[in-house]
Order: sequence, then C-alpha cells, then structure tokens
Amino acid sequence: MAKSSTAVAAVPRGGSKVTRYNVWGYIFLIPFIAVFAIFTLVPLVNTIYNSFFENYVDGLRQIGPNFVGFDNYVALFTSGDLPKYFANTMIMWVLGFIPQILVSLLLAAWFSNPSLRLKGQRFFKTVIYLPNLIMASAFAMLFFTMFSNVGPVNSMLQGMGIISEPYAFLDHAGSTRGLVALMNFLMWFGNTTILLLSGMLGISTDLFEAAEIDGANGTQIFFKITMPLLKPIFIYVLITSLIGGLQMFDVPQILTDGGENPQRSAMTLIMFLNKHLFSKNYGMAGALSVILLIVTAILSFFVFKMTASDEVKKKRK
Amino acid sequence: MSEMKQRGGGVKARRAVCYIVLILISIFCLFWFYVLFINATRSNGELQTAGFSAIPSTHLIENFTNLFQGSIPVGRGMLNSFIVSTLTAVLSVYFSTMTAYAIHAYDFKGRKLIFTFILAIMMIPTQVSTLGFVKMMESWKLTNNYIPLIIPAIAAPVTFFFMKQYMDSNLPASLIEASRMDGAGEFMTFNRICLPLMGPAVAVQLIFSFVSSWNNYFLPALLINDEKMKTLPIQIAQLRSADFLKFDMGQVYAMIAFAIFPVIIVYLILSKNIVGGVTAGGVKE
Amino acid sequence: MRKSIKSILGTGLAAAMALTMVACGSQGGNSGSSSTTKPAASSQAASSQAASSGNSGAEGKVLNVQVWNEEFISRVTDHYPGYTKTDATSGKIGDVDVKFTITPTKDNAYQNNLDKLLPNNAKADANDKVDIFLIEADYALKYVDADANVAMKLSDVGITKDDLSDQYKYTQDIVTDKNGDIRASSWQACSAGLIYNRAIAKAVLGSDDPAEVQKAVSDWSKYNETAAKMKAAGYLMTATANDTFRVYSNNVSAPWVKDNKVTIDANIKKWVDDSKAQVDAKQTGTGDLWGDEWKAGFKAPGTVFCYFGPAWLINFSMGNAPGSDKGDDGSVAYQGGWGFCEGPQGYYWGGTWVCAANGTDNPTLVKDVIKTMTTDKKVLKEIAMKDSDCVNSKSVLKDLAGSADGNNKVLGGQNPYATLAAGAEKVDMSNTCPYDQGCNEAFQSAMKDYFTGTAASYDAAVQAFQKAVKEKYPSLTF
Repeated sequence: MAKSSTAVAAVPRGGSKVTRYNVWGYIFLIPFIAVFAIFTLVPLVNTIYNSFFENYVDGLRQIGPNFVGFDNYVALFTSGDLPKYFANTMIMWVLGFIPQILVSLLLAAWFSNPSLRLKGQRFFKTVIYLPNLIMASAFAMLFFTMFSNVGPVNSMLQGMGIISEPYAFLDHAGSTRGLVALMNFLMWFGNTTILLLSGMLGISTDLFEAAEIDGANGTQIFFKITMPLLKPIFIYVLITSLIGGLQMFDVPQILTDGGENPQRSAMTLIMFLNKHLFSKNYGMAGALSVILLIVTAILSFFVFKMTASDEVKKKRK
Repeated sequence: MSEMKQRGGGVKARRAVCYIVLILISIFCLFWFYVLFINATRSNGELQTAGFSAIPSTHLIENFTNLFQGSIPVGRGMLNSFIVSTLTAVLSVYFSTMTAYAIHAYDFKGRKLIFTFILAIMMIPTQVSTLGFVKMMESWKLTNNYIPLIIPAIAAPVTFFFMKQYMDSNLPASLIEASRMDGAGEFMTFNRICLPLMGPAVAVQLIFSFVSSWNNYFLPALLINDEKMKTLPIQIAQLRSADFLKFDMGQVYAMIAFAIFPVIIVYLILSKNIVGGVTAGGVKE
Repeated sequence: MRKSIKSILGTGLAAAMALTMVACGSQGGNSGSSSTTKPAASSQAASSQAASSGNSGAEGKVLNVQVWNEEFISRVTDHYPGYTKTDATSGKIGDVDVKFTITPTKDNAYQNNLDKLLPNNAKADANDKVDIFLIEADYALKYVDADANVAMKLSDVGITKDDLSDQYKYTQDIVTDKNGDIRASSWQACSAGLIYNRAIAKAVLGSDDPAEVQKAVSDWSKYNETAAKMKAAGYLMTATANDTFRVYSNNVSAPWVKDNKVTIDANIKKWVDDSKAQVDAKQTGTGDLWGDEWKAGFKAPGTVFCYFGPAWLINFSMGNAPGSDKGDDGSVAYQGGWGFCEGPQGYYWGGTWVCAANGTDNPTLVKDVIKTMTTDKKVLKEIAMKDSDCVNSKSVLKDLAGSADGNNKVLGGQNPYATLAAGAEKVDMSNTCPYDQGCNEAFQSAMKDYFTGTAASYDAAVQAFQKAVKEKYPSLTF
C-alpha cells in the first residue's frame, strides 16, 4: 500500500525540461479521469442529490420527486436496521476471512519452505485459484444441491450417525452465515495464498539461516521473523478483503434468495440497498448509498492511517 | 547423526502431510467442476427427480445438441461475450496502467491528491451508482450498445492500484530516464518500455477483468435486449426462464459448462503469468 | 482487489433456485424444430386472414412483441395462420415484419424493460413502438391499470365481450381494471388441483380413485385429518408448506391492499395456522417450491402424498412421461403413478396474458393476433393437442373431457379435463390487487421463519412481513 512517494521524475534537475515531461502526467490521467467523471461521478452525484427527495415508483406511477430534506436518513436510522445489516456483513466477512487467512498462511508457508521442496506447486497454485472462475449464481446452484435437506451432505451426516434427521442449513442463522463464509472462502483463498506467498518469497533466506544458527525453532522463526516482515502484504490483503467484505452481495443474495430467511440474518448492507433499488426507490437508495459512502470513508481513514505508519517504518529501514 | 536422520524423517513426514492436505484442498476445489460436469450429462428428468449424483449420466451429447439446436444463438452469445470481455479487459488494463504510470513516473501538482482520490473511489460500491448510470444510458440512447459495457472499464481503480503497486517494485526510474535520453517521446516510452516490463501484471489483470466481464449479468441485462447482442449470462438467464416444455436443467448446466470452458482455457494459458504476476506484483518492497 | 472485482461483476441477483418458472404454465411447442411441422397453411382459413396484408398499408411495418420466453413465439409460429418464420425471434405476417424481443424475468429485467418502454410508447419511432406485450397474473394489475393506461381496452382493440364469452371468468377478472374494462386475454386456463401419489393413496386411504381421494381432502379440516394419517403411515402430506399457499390465497375475501392499507385476510391467516400445525407435527416441510426438498417426492416410490398444481406441472415438471424418449428417470411420473382431484378449494397457477400496447401502430393486426390466439376454438384445440396447454375455452375443455385425447399418461390414464374445467369455473379472482406478487412473496418468506421457529412468534413474523412490504411499496400502510 505504498504511497510510493518518490515519483521517478521528482528529482528536479533543471526546471523546464522536467516540467515539460511532467505535463504528460496530466495527459496520461485524462482518459481515466474523464471516463470516471462521466460514467461514475455524474450518476453518483445524482444519487446523492436524490437522497433528499421522496422519489419512487408505485406500479407504473412515479411518486415524486418531492423534496423531503433528511427524512430518508431519519427513516433509515430510526428503523434500527442499519446496525444489524452492518453486523451481518462484518460477521460473514470475518467468518470467511479468518479461515482464509489461516489456510493461506499455511499453504504459503509450505510453498515457500525450501526444506520441504514440494513438487507440483504450479498445479496446486493453479487449482486453488479455479473456484474463482465459476459464476457465483452457478456456484450457488451447486451449493443448494449439496446442502439441501435431501442432499449428499445431510445424507452423509445421517449415515455417519451424527444427526438423526436432516439439518436445514439455510433455516438457521449460524449455518447460513457459515455457508456464505464457506463460499467466499472457497472463491478467494487461492488468491490470498498467492499474495502471501509473494511476500514470503521476498524475505531474504539469510535471515532464516541466521535465526537457525541462533537456535530458533520453526515456530519461533515464523512468529519472530516471517510474520513481522509479512506485515505490509498482510495489510494489503486485509484492506482488499475488507473492501470486498463491505461490498459483499452476490453470494449471500443468491444463496438466501434475497436474504429474507432466516430472520434476515444474512442480509448485507448492499443487499439492503438492492431492495430499495428494486422498487426504484431513488430517494431511499440514495440516502443509503450516502451512508455507505460515509462508512467506507471512515473505515478507509483507519486503513490509510495504518498503512501510513507502516510506511514510516519502511522508510526507516 | 541420529539427530540428522530424525530430521530427515521429520521432513519426509511433514512433506507427506503437506501433500495430503494439498490434495484434499485440490479435490475440494475441483469437486465443483466435477459436479457441474456431472449435471451437464444428466437429463432434465434426472435432475428434477434426484438432486445430486456422483455418477455421470448419458445425456451429455443430447444436452449439447439441444442447446445448439435450440433457438438461443449460443454461438453468437459466446462471440458477443468474447468481444465485450476482450475489449473490456484490454481497455481496462491499458488505461489503468497508463494512469498508474502517470502517478508513478511524473511529479505534478495534485499528484498525491489524485492518487488518494482514486484509492477512495476503489471503496465505493458499484451498486451505488447503477440506477443513475442506467437512466443516463437510456437518455443517451445507448441501450443495445456495447459502449456502456466496455468504455467505463477504462476507469478501473482496482486495476490501477495493482499496477501502481507493481510499478513501485518493478519499474525502476533509471529505465525511463534511459529511454528519455534516447530521445523517445513520453508516449513511446510508456508503450515500448513500461508496458513490456509490466508483462506479468498485465496478464493478471487481463484475466481478472476478462473473467469479471465474462460473468457479468446485472448491467448487460438492464441494457441489452437485442437477440443478436446478448451475452452468455443473459442467455443463461433466458434458458432458466424458459417455458415448461422447453425448460431443461440439463441444458442449463450444459450451457454453464459451455460458458465456463473458454474462461478456464484462457486462465490456464495465462496461469503461468498469473502465478508469477501476482507474486511480483504483491507488495514486496 | 479481490472481492470488489467480483462484486462488480457478480451482481447476479439470481434467485438461483426460484427458477423463474413460477412464471407459468405453459408449454411452448417444439418450435425449435417446428419449421417443418408448421401448420401454417394447414388448418384454418376462416377466421383470420383479414388483417394480414390487405389493409396494412396505413399501418406500421413492424409488429413488435415483448415476451420473456419462447412460449408465445412458438404458439404463434405453430398456430397463427399466415405467420412465416424468419428466424427464432422474427417472422412475417403478410408484409409486416414481426419482431419478438425476449427479456428474461430474472431480476425483474422483463418488467423493468416494459416500464421503460410502455409509458413512452406513443412517442417512440414507428418501427420501435411496442404493439403487443405479454404479462403474468402475478403483476397483471400493474399493466392493466386504468390510470396507467398502457394496455388498451380490448373493446377499443375491437374484441367484444361476445368474442370472449367462451373464456373462463377468472382469466378475465385478473385483467379487468377498476372500471370493469378487460385489457388482456389469455389462451390458457391454468386451473389447478391436487395431484396425489396413487400408491400412497391406496396404502393409507384404501383407494386411489379420484372421487374417493377427493372425499378425504374435500375441505381443510378433512385435509388436515388426512395429513395426520399420512404422517402416521410415514409419509409427508405435502413436501412444503408453500404448496398450499396459492390455494388459500386464491380464496381470500378481500384483497391484500385496500385504500393503501395492507390487511392479512382470514384465509391467509388460516394458511399460517394450518401450516404451522403441520410443520410442527412434521407432516410437511418448509423448503421452497422447486427446491430439492420439494422435488424429492417426484422420485418413485415417493414419500410425499400430494402436490398442488395445474396441468403443466403434471406434464412437464414431475419427471418424464411414460414412453418418453428420454427413458425411465426413476420418477413416479414415469410409472404413471399420479392421480388428480380437485382438492379443498379451487385455485389456479400460472398463465400468460396478451395485451395490446397503447400507442400501437398496427391495431388491426394486433386485434387479429389476440383474437385468433386466445379465442379461436380451432386454434385453441390445436394448442391443447400439440402443446398440452389447458386452454381457455369452455367448449374445447368439454370436448377433451369426453374424449380419449384428454387421457394423461402421467396420471395413469386418468382424464383430468372435467376436473380442470370444473375447477376453472370455481376460481374467483375478484380479490386481486397490484401488490399481490410482492405481498405473497414477502408473506411466505416471513412465515417460513415462523414455521421453522427462527421467528419468535407470529407477530414477530408479521412485523418482518410489514417491513419487507414497506421496502417494496413505500406508499402502503398497515
């Protein structure tokens, strides 16, 4: 997450020439900024504007837009739903993220461990990436079949005598969230493994050798050397996963068919937003979007602070 | 001596454990592809009456024949998906790299601000602006047009971020300087020096953007309804809303398999670069 | 980078399971391969050639038809005289080009598309004007609304009450606006009944004769008694509580919404009480329709006594029919092991209605297409024979009931048409409202939590229902 603060051309070496080069910085930015402004910023500003209006569709009838000030915001906050959906989102993210990071660390440690010299690494690295390629909706269809009351998982559990009658996975908050987390885990742990692996391979082997000579054992080496040096990439994984977690939508939406059951315990913030988009409730959706923006902004602030302190350390090195 | 031997034995045992775990995990990952394939070999009747089976049935060819002889132009759909996804991937990667290059290689006023700004954008959920976007495209008469599916990919903050990270560790200033000394223009330097050096990163992001565009249903479904322009995910949805006589889960699974196939091929071709690319692009400084 | 990418793309709201099939009853002819068998010239000359070519000079050159699947396309291809197929989604009638536009129902895409097109139809370019669009019962009232006025009154199209006299009344009630004007017409009458497993009926009730079985389920209290007997014998009454929902909800005494106020009808409440008792007694499950748990009873010898459904469910969803070229799939259906009776209350499930879009520039042709496809008895008989639709014609159903043509292999040779026809007469759809689809879905979801015990009480489940309705329809109150 480096700020990479040292731009290449930042070495001023005689004025005008450098400045002339640097104009190209602006030029190269034009396509991105222009496209962003047209296709994202304009609709986004429109969204914020809409959040102050009552504006929805009832059948084919357009209601509004009528200016209502902060009414939409008040309605959202007083309903008490937001903390719940925020909590759902975070719980499911954490449930998926913890095994993801643990399994990925383990696999990355194995892949990078020179004394193990695992064969077929390329095969394994490729395979753990594959689940990411299946369309989420197709993936969910397979999950339904596997975990239905009459599915193979239940018959296996019954066969082993663990349960006497089928367990309805999608009727219980815990197991529903668990399945969402499992799907997210499956789709993303390969990616995390490879990222962490890259960090580990970057650590100089001299350090390990020195530690071994000092008599450190494997566990000590891992916690005293590998982990601290892995911190930047760890933070990078954390940030990207957190963003993904906050925007979690398709997996729980499809797996719970809209998130109503059980007791909306797998309803994420974006799924809630989607409910309002469905009735073309531009006012409510707009207000919710703005709140989401503020939440992400706050979280990003912490994240940036974390990485900034990381940056300082790196510079000291 | 004995200690050495013991350690050797320990490594062997540990290696065995590693292989077992890796193989189990691989099975867990590949299992879904297997079920998908099994389901594509089963008839609608079999899929309706028995939810799950671990044994392939005999209807694979029949399902594919029905799929291709049915009235949904799946070949055309694949071509469309291919056009949209390829262009999306190429534009997204090229321009996001260019943007990253602008931030990386030049020093200008507002540079830091723009960098932070783009990172902030990365955190905005895309759903937030979807409705406004669709409304706008309708008023511009850009429905049944690939422009709204492709062009917005030029501003891909996530791709940008990755490229920026990669450049920090893999694109030394000296190379750019050298290119300038040789009298190459800035644009030339970007195309001839920078892009080739970004090879693995480009491969990674190409496949990422390609896959995401390939699987995208939501936006295309809102914007495309011309039969000749529909992409594969829309066609799959259409197959799933087929009327009763035509409703055939076997065909649906055959089509999903059909749709996944090219992505896997593209992925396998690029996978060498991907594994290497992510490695190099990771934050290792 | 990871998930964010994925969510950009993945926004598939897809209810992967809730296969949009609920769509409806329909069985679209084998039009895929039908260009050879098309009876274009064959059957009738009488009724309809009128509009084809002669007077189309003053009218539009393109007939645009909005659909969500191929059902209607294949009906027109196979049965509309003078239609020549160009490719899967276009053809010609005389010198008018017919263009079908398919928008899948998933994620509401079909309705979103109509909502975009219809209000501006009058202003659209002549060749882009929507001329005909199709609707389903679930959201029909939205489009036949008198104030919205996007579907023409059939009387204005030139189709008289007389033309429609052979249709079942409920199929007209659903598409009648508040002023009493009919604004759509259907070729299907998806009246439905109770489909029971004959072997289980014999074992538990002592007979698999439809009349005998009907006695055991003729009203809800008898039905509940039978459910207890089934449980005692080790069978489920229905696979899920959702099976009976349509039966109760079609027989309400007041609509969901009146004067913007949502009320839960006594019959709906009865569904909740009956279902809760049955779920608690393990006489039924709580899975979703079309889920694996629901379909489990399709497999021979069967664990579920009955399903609720119309003809299309029997013919096309419960497995391969005996003698099917797809072979024995191990289903009860393949053994002809189902029976059909009326059940506790009359109801319907599914159906597709045809509307003339306001602003059409092909009024004469539109009139002829609707009239021919939904009221012409010859055409309807053909459709019934070729596509197994339960057609919307009292006289055709009567014919079928009295002939071996109506015998059904899945039902072990039973002829269900007399029961279907009687059922269609009994369906009462005067209490529909434009919010039905949203209310029904929200209610079933909320009550599922009550049945499974995740919601603490009925009141808590009702609150969840009200919240979900408010999100869908902000204007409603409770």
